[in-house]
Amino acid sequence: MHVVVAGAGMAGLRSAEALRKAGFGGELTIVGAEPHMPYNRPPLSKDGIAAAFDAAQLPFRVARAAADLNWRLGQPAVSADLAARTVTLADGAVLGWDGLVVATGVRSRRLSLPGPQAGRHAIRTLDDLTALRAELAAARHIVVVGGGFIGSEVAAAARVRGLDVTVIEPEPLPMRRPLGDELAAELLRRHEQRGVRFRLGTLPVAFEGDDRDRVRAVALSDGTALDADLVVESVGSVPNVEWLDGNGLDLADGVACDERLRVLAHGEARDDVVAAGDAARYPHPLLFGASRRIEHWTVATDSGKYAAAALARSLAGDQTESGGFAAVPTFWSDQYELRIQSFGVAGLPDVRILEGDLEGEVAVGYHHDGLLAGVVLIGLGGRYVHYRARIADTIRALTQAETTVL
Amino acid sequence: MRITVDLNKCNDHGQCVFSAPAVFSLDSDGKLSFRRKATVSYVSGELDESLRDDIEEAADVCPLQAITVED
Repeated sequence: MHVVVAGAGMAGLRSAEALRKAGFGGELTIVGAEPHMPYNRPPLSKDGIAAAFDAAQLPFRVARAAADLNWRLGQPAVSADLAARTVTLADGAVLGWDGLVVATGVRSRRLSLPGPQAGRHAIRTLDDLTALRAELAAARHIVVVGGGFIGSEVAAAARVRGLDVTVIEPEPLPMRRPLGDELAAELLRRHEQRGVRFRLGTLPVAFEGDDRDRVRAVALSDGTALDADLVVESVGSVPNVEWLDGNGLDLADGVACDERLRVLAHGEARDDVVAAGDAARYPHPLLFGASRRIEHWTVATDSGKYAAAALARSLAGDQTESGGFAAVPTFWSDQYELRIQSFGVAGLPDVRILEGDLEGEVAVGYHHDGLLAGVVLIGLGGRYVHYRARIADTIRALTQAETTVL
Repeated sequence: MRITVDLNKCNDHGQCVFSAPAVFSLDSDGKLSFRRKATVSYVSGELDESLRDDIEEAADVCPLQAITVED
C-alpha cells in the first residue's frame, strides 16, 4: 500500500502524521513544490517584516510516528490520473498510489499590470520573504496592494520598522469583507493613527520604473501616483489544483469535496482521494449549505487530521462513517500590539457587539438566522475560551439538527 | 510524559487550552496560567498517558510551536 500526500505544508504534514497515528503502515510519500520542510506561515507577514527575525523558528517538528516518510521536496505534482491511480511530479517521476491526499494549498495571486517586475513582492512562502527582506532594509516607501489581513499585517509591521506605508484597497475599508463595516472602520482608524496611509476605493493600474527598470511608483485608477521603492501584493490566493485537471473533478475554486473531505469525481465521493487545507472546498456546518474553502490556520491541521483518519479507515477496509468535518475554524492577526482573534466564520451581515467597545477591547458576533456563527475579538484574551465554546455550541446545534432531519 | 512550554515563544493564543483543557488554561486576563509558575520555561510534572492525544494536539496547534512533548 502506498499513500501519496501532495503538498508539504502544514495540512500535508498533519495528514501524513495522522495517517501513521491512525495505523497506516504502508509506504508514505509527501510531495512538495517548495524545497523546504513544512514550516509555519503566519510569522511571514508578521514577525517576518521586523528588523530582527529568525527563520529557524519556522519549521514544524515532525512527529516521531512520521519519521519514515519519503520526502519529495521541490518536486510539485504536475498531473494526476485518478483512474490509473498515479501522480506525476515535475521531474517526470510517476508515483502509483492506493490513497491520495490533496493538500497543495494556494499560491499568491499576482497583479497583471504593465511596468517593471523588480521591487514587486508577494508574501506566501519563505522564499518570498527572503526576497522581500533583501530589499526591505534599503526601502523607504512601501506600497501594500490589498488591505486584507495579510496586507494589513505587512502594513503594520512595516510601519513599526519606520517605513512610509501606503495601502491601496479597492473596497471602501480594509478587511471589510471578513469583518464588516463597523470593525473595519475602527481598524482603519487605528492604522491611520499609527501613520499608515490608505488609498481606498482605488486600484493600481500600472507600475512605473526607474532607469534600472525597478519599481519607483504605482499609478492608481484615480489618476494619481504613489512613490514606491517596494511593493507588496497581497491580493488574494489561487488554489494549486491545476495538476488535478482531466479527472472529472470540480476545480472551480479549489477541489470540491463532500462533507467528509472526500474528493468528488464526476459528482461521486472517492474513498481513496481526500483533500485538506486551503485547496479543499467543502460544506461545513457554519457555511449553512454552501461549500467553500476556509483558509484559516487551524483548518489546515484539523482538516488534515480528519481527512487522513478517514483515508486510513478506508484503506483498512473499515466502513465506519464519521460525522462530517466540523472543526471550529480559527485564525488570528497581529497588527501592532493588537491581537485580532477569530473563531468560526465571520463576515456575515448580521453583526452585533457582544462585549466591550469598539475603541478598546471588543468581541463582535456574526450571526446567521440568529445563530452565532463567528466571533472576532480585539484583545479580551481572557474570553477566548468562552467565545470559542459558543461557536462549538452552534456547530453542535447545527449538526444535531441535521442528524435529526436525516 | 512531560511537557515543556517556552514562555518566551508563547504568545497566549490559547489554542492549547482548546485541545487539552485538562493541562492548559488561560487566566482571566488571557495569559497562560503557567506564567504564574515560571518565567522562561515551564516544565510539567509527569502527566498521565491518557492525556497524550490531547497534549500532542495542543503542541501541533500552538501558533508559536512553543510546546514540546517529552516521553
